[in-house]
Amino acid sequence: MHLKSLLALLSILVVVANSRLQAEPYPSTYSPLASNPTLITHATILTGTGERLDDASLLIADGKIAFVGEGEAPQGITTIDANGRWVTPGLIDVHSHLGVYASPNVKAHSDGNEMTDPTTPNVWAEHSIWPQDPGFSRALAGGVTSMQILPGSGNLIGGRGVTLKNVYSNTYQGMKFPGAPHGVKMACGENPKRVYGERKQLPSTRMGNMAAYRAQWILAQRYIDDWAAYEKKVSDGKDDAEAPSRDLKLETLAAVLNGEILVHMHCYRADEMMTILDMADEFGYKVGTFHHGVEAYKIADKLAENNVCGALWADWWGFKMEAYDGIQENIAIVDRPQGSCAIVHSDSSEGIQRLNQEAAKAMTRGKLAGMDIPPERAIRWITSNAAKSLGINDQTGSLEAGKMADLVIWNGNPFSVYAKAEQVFIDGALVYDRDNPDLQPVSDFELGQLLGVAK
Amino acid sequence: MNRFKTLIVATLAIFSLTVQADAIMIRGATVHTMGEDGTLENTDVFISGGKIQKIGRNLPVPQDDVYVFNAEGKPLTPGFFAGITGLGITEVSAVEESVDGSLALKEMRPEFNVTPAYNPHSSLIPVTRIEGFSFTLLGADTKGSIFGGQGRIVTLNGSYESFIGASVLFINVGRDASSLSGKSRAGQWMLLNQAMQEADNPPASNEASLLTRSGRNTLLTYAENGTKTVFSVDRASDILEVLRFAQTYGLKPVISGGAEAWMVAEQLAVANVPVLLNPLANLPGNFDKLGARLDNAAILDAAGVSIAISGAGTHNARKQRQMAGNAVSYGLPHEAGIAALTSNPARIFGIDNEQGMIKLNMPANVVLWSGDPLEVTSVAEKVIINGELIAMESRQTKLRDRYLPENPDMPRAYIKP
Repeated sequence: MHLKSLLALLSILVVVANSRLQAEPYPSTYSPLASNPTLITHATILTGTGERLDDASLLIADGKIAFVGEGEAPQGITTIDANGRWVTPGLIDVHSHLGVYASPNVKAHSDGNEMTDPTTPNVWAEHSIWPQDPGFSRALAGGVTSMQILPGSGNLIGGRGVTLKNVYSNTYQGMKFPGAPHGVKMACGENPKRVYGERKQLPSTRMGNMAAYRAQWILAQRYIDDWAAYEKKVSDGKDDAEAPSRDLKLETLAAVLNGEILVHMHCYRADEMMTILDMADEFGYKVGTFHHGVEAYKIADKLAENNVCGALWADWWGFKMEAYDGIQENIAIVDRPQGSCAIVHSDSSEGIQRLNQEAAKAMTRGKLAGMDIPPERAIRWITSNAAKSLGINDQTGSLEAGKMADLVIWNGNPFSVYAKAEQVFIDGALVYDRDNPDLQPVSDFELGQLLGVAK
Repeated sequence: MNRFKTLIVATLAIFSLTVQADAIMIRGATVHTMGEDGTLENTDVFISGGKIQKIGRNLPVPQDDVYVFNAEGKPLTPGFFAGITGLGITEVSAVEESVDGSLALKEMRPEFNVTPAYNPHSSLIPVTRIEGFSFTLLGADTKGSIFGGQGRIVTLNGSYESFIGASVLFINVGRDASSLSGKSRAGQWMLLNQAMQEADNPPASNEASLLTRSGRNTLLTYAENGTKTVFSVDRASDILEVLRFAQTYGLKPVISGGAEAWMVAEQLAVANVPVLLNPLANLPGNFDKLGARLDNAAILDAAGVSIAISGAGTHNARKQRQMAGNAVSYGLPHEAGIAALTSNPARIFGIDNEQGMIKLNMPANVVLWSGDPLEVTSVAEKVIINGELIAMESRQTKLRDRYLPENPDMPRAYIKP
């Protein structure tokens, strides 16, 4: 190999290592907590793949699911008789602001919306997360094992989201789901145009919203081209190759156009969602999930055709004009077409504690409207479909051999107001036990409060 | 002209939201009377002239035009309480001109009363009542003042004549009020005390005053008539301060919020002060709620405090029964959970002769449920308000029925369910 070529190759490697292509800055330091091989027997299991198994077993070994249904378990291991109880995958919330709008909700904890510029793809929600948010422990008691923390919706492009395992750590890196793709939060409609319109600044209209996104995509395309031209010069051995300057905004957007970052689009109205899908075609990227989608039922077939998930509420509506057409059958109707991806999300520190109840309400309304939605189908809305939306469905979201042992043992049918998560496992480790206070985490903030009050 | 008139009457009859029948016979229900009779199995309820005329087994059908249905043992409860809401005074929260529950004068105006703004034709009323809710307390909020103003209980019959009971005064105390009172919690007590003293002893014309003459008269009414004052307050120490303040001026307090009410349950029970609470509040959302916990309702109930559910908000008021279900899940007896949505709020606001119970000669406000009324997989099947069977439709059911059909030939604007 010529020296020149070698130098060229080296400089590419330096670029790869040091600049825009560094695989994962702020890397995950999460490692599963200690776990014992555990056999769960006589359970009603909703696998998350659409199946229900009665009087079934499940083996956890090495933090993974070894088998579901029937199989050989080693002698003498911990065995939980789950007779009368139900087992589901750990619940996943694709839309949470825990940590970035932490409890207590004081101004000092308001870290979710960088509303100083309508397009901030350069900010990362993970850099705002306060890992001591007491909300994580409440979500855990509700059976939530993974979640995506997103920036707010004040901006057209709000910044990157991050997927976490629901374990307490002194750092968010200690919670960061290993290998999960990044997400980017974008927002349609009223919020961005209200925030910036009130400042007499673009965008103040929905057409202004569109113009502003499109301008950003054009910049991102040029950024990709500039880097490609530079890399070609380097590989051609041209001495005058000068690296473009690194731009955090365009780096995120370029990664969206390259398919490396998943798009989570806050959008309420049906017509706006369709406009956004056209924009994605115009610039050659994909919308992964529409969030909130109060009118998603009006375009359920289109969402399924385009392989886009709808992350929705069971019954929340009317707080603003674009939420006026909310109906309680939204989730069930979005779930109806072949190839659909309906998800129940929370966007709330209260709702994340009861995703099972929210799913139960949506299931009930779907049944009343004539749709056949058994529990084994509805559970996908808060497990496997959510995992698909976050790009972590190869690792978690369903109970299948080889996947992470993220699961919940419920005291009965989880689709009930009286259902409680009794035990929660993350990567095979028992991280919450309703009957054992020693296995109920307490954040630093809550420790030592209200001393002397009889509890 | 006469023909035209007849046509209008006929059209109204067809599209009226209530089903016309002189009388209704409900056969074989599990009747939660919420009164002395407790829960009656396999019981009939006969409704006529808007009232409950008979409760018993195998009742005869006394007349011809009776709508009879068999409850098949399902639960029949009084209509539920939607909590403190803006039903009928709020259409879309973020559309300012459709919201009338909030006064933007930065003055102390306890005389502000939201009731003249009530619109019985709001789309939110059918949305809420078909879920089994028959009454609500309209809330009032004056931005920039610790005196919120006045509201009143409204029956969700969708008519111009909807109000029952006496007006209710709202006062904000604690963290939320601190910015309204010179940024000090002590400042709000200073102002509240001064306001009450002004009401009792009006300032001379050359003296500064906090209140208008009308405001002073309003406060006097609440001090003298024994009608309820709702204090929005969470912190235990602030709740005790409310009890002292109310006693000093002869106000009859109701605690709303009460995240830390369980810490002072004994004092509340002794003072016979009820609590409107959200049983889902279990996070230290601010420094007034460090003690928030899921069994707040259960602890208060066990201590003998009358509790009612509130806090689901205006648009999603139907979530109230899920909230009660969660309180039951965390230790509140099931029947107490139903009481917290029926007889308790009715008694608290002095309307238990109109709402909250299934009792002879009372207006018939009853709901038949598909199953456990507090369960998220149950729904209201029949709703009767003031003796009339409500059509189970709302703007939301219309949208549902427009979009349920798959692949229609014409645009959906032509589907008008």
